Amino acid sequence: MSTLAYRGRRWFSDHVVLIYAILVLLYMFTPVFVVILMSFNEPAARQTYQFDAFTWNNWTNICAPFQLCDSVAVSLKVGLLATLVATLLGTLMAFAMVRHRFRGRSAANVFVFLPMASPEIVLGSSLLALFVNAGFAGVLGFWTIFLAHVMFCLSFVVVTVKARLSGLDPRLEQAAMDLYANEWQTFWRVTFPLVFPGILSAALLSFSLSFDDFIITNLNSGQTVTFPMFVWGAAQRGIPPQINVIGTIMFLVALALVLGGELGRRRRQIVR
Amino acid sequence: MSVSAAHLGGGEQQQAAAVEPPQKRGVTGYILLLPGALWLTIFFLVPTITLVSTSLYDPAGSVETGYSMTWHWQNYVDGIRDYGVQFGRSLVYALLATVACILLGYPLAYAIAFKSGRWKNLMLVLVIAPFFTSFLVRTLSWQLLLGDNGFLVETLKTLQLLGPDGHLLATPFAVVTGLTYNFLPFMVLPLYASLEKIDPRLVEAGHDLYASPFTAFRKITLPLSMPGLVAGTLLTFIPAAGDYINAELLGTPTTRMIGNEIQDLFGAGAYPVAAALSVTLMAVIVAMVFLYVRRAGTEELV
Amino acid sequence: MAGSDLVLTGVTKRFGAFTAVDDLDLTVPQGSFFALLGPSGCGKTTTLRMVAGLEEPTAGSIRLGADDITTLRPYRRPVNTVFQSYALFPHLTIFENVAFGLRRTGAKKVKPQVEEMLELVELGQYGGRKPTQLSGGQQQRVALARALINRPQVLLLDEPLGALDLKLRRQMQIELKRIQTDVGITFVHVTHDQEEAMTMADTIAVMNSGVIEQMGSPAELYEHPSTTFVSNFLGQSNLVAATVVEKDEDHLLLDVEGSRLVAPLARAAALTGRVWVGVRPEKVFLAHTGSETDDGSNVLRGAVVTDVSFVGVSTQYLARLPWGQELMVFEQNTGARLSFRTGDQVDLHWMPAHTFLLDAAQDATAGVEREVAE
Ligand SMILES: Nc1ncnc2c1ncn2[C@@H]1O[C@H](COP(=O)(O)OP(=O)(O)OP(=O)(O)O)[C@@H](O)[C@H]1O
Ligand SMILES: [Mg+2]
Repeated sequence: MSTLAYRGRRWFSDHVVLIYAILVLLYMFTPVFVVILMSFNEPAARQTYQFDAFTWNNWTNICAPFQLCDSVAVSLKVGLLATLVATLLGTLMAFAMVRHRFRGRSAANVFVFLPMASPEIVLGSSLLALFVNAGFAGVLGFWTIFLAHVMFCLSFVVVTVKARLSGLDPRLEQAAMDLYANEWQTFWRVTFPLVFPGILSAALLSFSLSFDDFIITNLNSGQTVTFPMFVWGAAQRGIPPQINVIGTIMFLVALALVLGGELGRRRRQIVR
Repeated sequence: MSVSAAHLGGGEQQQAAAVEPPQKRGVTGYILLLPGALWLTIFFLVPTITLVSTSLYDPAGSVETGYSMTWHWQNYVDGIRDYGVQFGRSLVYALLATVACILLGYPLAYAIAFKSGRWKNLMLVLVIAPFFTSFLVRTLSWQLLLGDNGFLVETLKTLQLLGPDGHLLATPFAVVTGLTYNFLPFMVLPLYASLEKIDPRLVEAGHDLYASPFTAFRKITLPLSMPGLVAGTLLTFIPAAGDYINAELLGTPTTRMIGNEIQDLFGAGAYPVAAALSVTLMAVIVAMVFLYVRRAGTEELV
Repeated sequence: MAGSDLVLTGVTKRFGAFTAVDDLDLTVPQGSFFALLGPSGCGKTTTLRMVAGLEEPTAGSIRLGADDITTLRPYRRPVNTVFQSYALFPHLTIFENVAFGLRRTGAKKVKPQVEEMLELVELGQYGGRKPTQLSGGQQQRVALARALINRPQVLLLDEPLGALDLKLRRQMQIELKRIQTDVGITFVHVTHDQEEAMTMADTIAVMNSGVIEQMGSPAELYEHPSTTFVSNFLGQSNLVAATVVEKDEDHLLLDVEGSRLVAPLARAAALTGRVWVGVRPEKVFLAHTGSETDDGSNVLRGAVVTDVSFVGVSTQYLARLPWGQELMVFEQNTGARLSFRTGDQVDLHWMPAHTFLLDAAQDATAGVEREVAE
């Protein structure tokens, strides 16, 4: 009996961190479950904090609320474009910072870190101050949002790709050169495929930061409405449950992408 | 076991000689750096300078009539006099949220790095996944969870942990919960990244040298994960201090943070004071980051 | 100088103020199995990297046959490396790792060649795996296959057998030697393991702090060490301080604390004044004090046995000479020899032909620590 108790205690102390971690994950997922649940809600009143009745309506009429789908389209467009540009520029910077010698590298490091260290409200307001001072107050919109998003995604891309790149064993590239690959072939056959996962996660991170951003966008968007801004506006007036449908779809698409990639990776490896 | 043996074999072969990445000289580096650096200069550095100068404009101007530079230092004095409370509140809330993030995030990152076995990738995906449900939508769902008719409040009331007319929503607790929730992944990911680099053999070596699990953690794991902890703290504290969404959606006028005020002032066109507040916030944060990084003794930030 | 010998002339490599390789001259004959032996950090890897083109010499030149390859890009050299840490491409399968060089050079019939090569290193069924799914030893064999398949003029091996267990290691040694004889490729093999070097190599170069101390066939190095470092690093040696008193055309007459010893001129690296007299422990015999010894033997009298250790095939003695120095003596356990106990009074004797002389200016303990470290 006492050995059983001992075993139990032993099991618990071995797994306590894991159990705690799973509880934390549950905490992280609770709101997601709520979002999924509420996407099937038929609200009784305009401003609702509870589940009233089940319906498919929200899923069949996603675009019913005025501007909702337009705002999602804007967010997707900004997100894709900003991700593309930020990933490209950030990757180039990361390569320069890890693989090239230049003056003022520590200054460059600080410079890249600073945007991450600035509160969004400061970034957003200073950009607005710039646009206003430059006489752009009237043209705030899609392009100013895009410019801002690239700016704050850039640092995250640099940091992510840099980490991957500096973890790369330079002897792999030397081995490639030793095996008759010239610089160009070495880059495309060895360096790039090995850094690619880092670039990909940088791009994913960029997209989610951009798609999600509210504070900076709100200050620099003029009349353009992104999805977070739509949600914000709706939160003041009464939330259409379709918002939860969009949230659920985003979640599922992202999950499918990541899990699909992971499964594909596993399938390609022969299980031992 | 075979994996760690392979590791061992490889590890011993490591030679200091060739590990450092070869760095090329010449102009290519500058060329690669240029576009990104230019972007950051135009859309980050210049705006920051503009913000500082805006903060010294005459507050009598407006967007329509334009502003004039009058070195109006009074903007700062006014800002701090009028919004000092919100300032302090922001820092306190951000600090509480950061501590909560460490308490929740460190064990999670630790478990993923060392205890998850073949579920490692899945758990990592799960950490990032909630990210994709929009930030605002999730914060709104906290409204529901913490709401007066919500399950949580009912339970707490039944357990007599909350008075009959107690609330969770629209309290400082709700705001800090929201902040914690929203910035937790920013704590977990850098922590995980630096925990994962720790060779488990180091901890085993610690045990071998008579360190108890706790001592081994304190003397080996914790110091080695310091870069991740510092990065995570910064990436949590800084955005939390400037956030206003949680305070707006989950709080009340008495839980307003500095972000709310800056946003409203910009909205109302009171640019100079708003800019002065932004600059003050940035200065306070930079000072705190500087002190913190000094104390933590980490050179490389991220 | 034959067709395509590898010749290093005055090669120097500095990292900042630190000189890793110092004015190195080396000729590796075409088709030979050449071993580079030396303590950790002496510059072996650096030398190989310069030959491979991964590091550019600070000074000096490297030639392969008639071509100067000193500054040639690595991928233009008919030289391949088996890296000390394998450096297998983690994103490619074993098959693709091995095929990498062939694909770059545009070779035909890649598949059968790779399959044949994988069979050779006994990894036939592993072609579809990724490097992380192999054990350390298997990874090393992939690294070997990946380099060998290109049939380079020179194959550089940086401790390729380091992670293998003894059995596999012996097996791979034989395999390597066989492959080398078959294909006639020049092998430059870096190793810590002197036994490995001695059994496999035609020529050994002993390297120490960036310079080659001595080069020659294994037997030559063992029998005629030219420095105290080599005498201690390859096998073990007894070194006793002596003075040269007389010299005829074949021999040197020496004085060691009053005893007269003889050494052949041919084995003397120093000819006058103060010298080290060297003799290998297995060449020394013990006898009870005062007993007759063969005519002409070198004899040191009046020693005391201070330590006896029985190691199966032989017994290892330590004997303290009257002036306090301890010498090692290895006696084969043939049953024909007397055995001694601690405290016994003994004389040490050996044949003059087994005596070698080294320069007294060198440190008698150079190269000894290695034994302790192992
Ligand atoms: N890139 C470098 N920068 C500075 N010093 C270096 C560099 N590469 C090698 N060294 C130094 O040069 C010396 C020789 O190194 P090398 O790798 O050639 O040794 P090695 O003989 O291969 O040793 P081991 O047997 O341990 O592999 C060492 O002291 C090493 O620290
Ligand atoms: Mg080496």
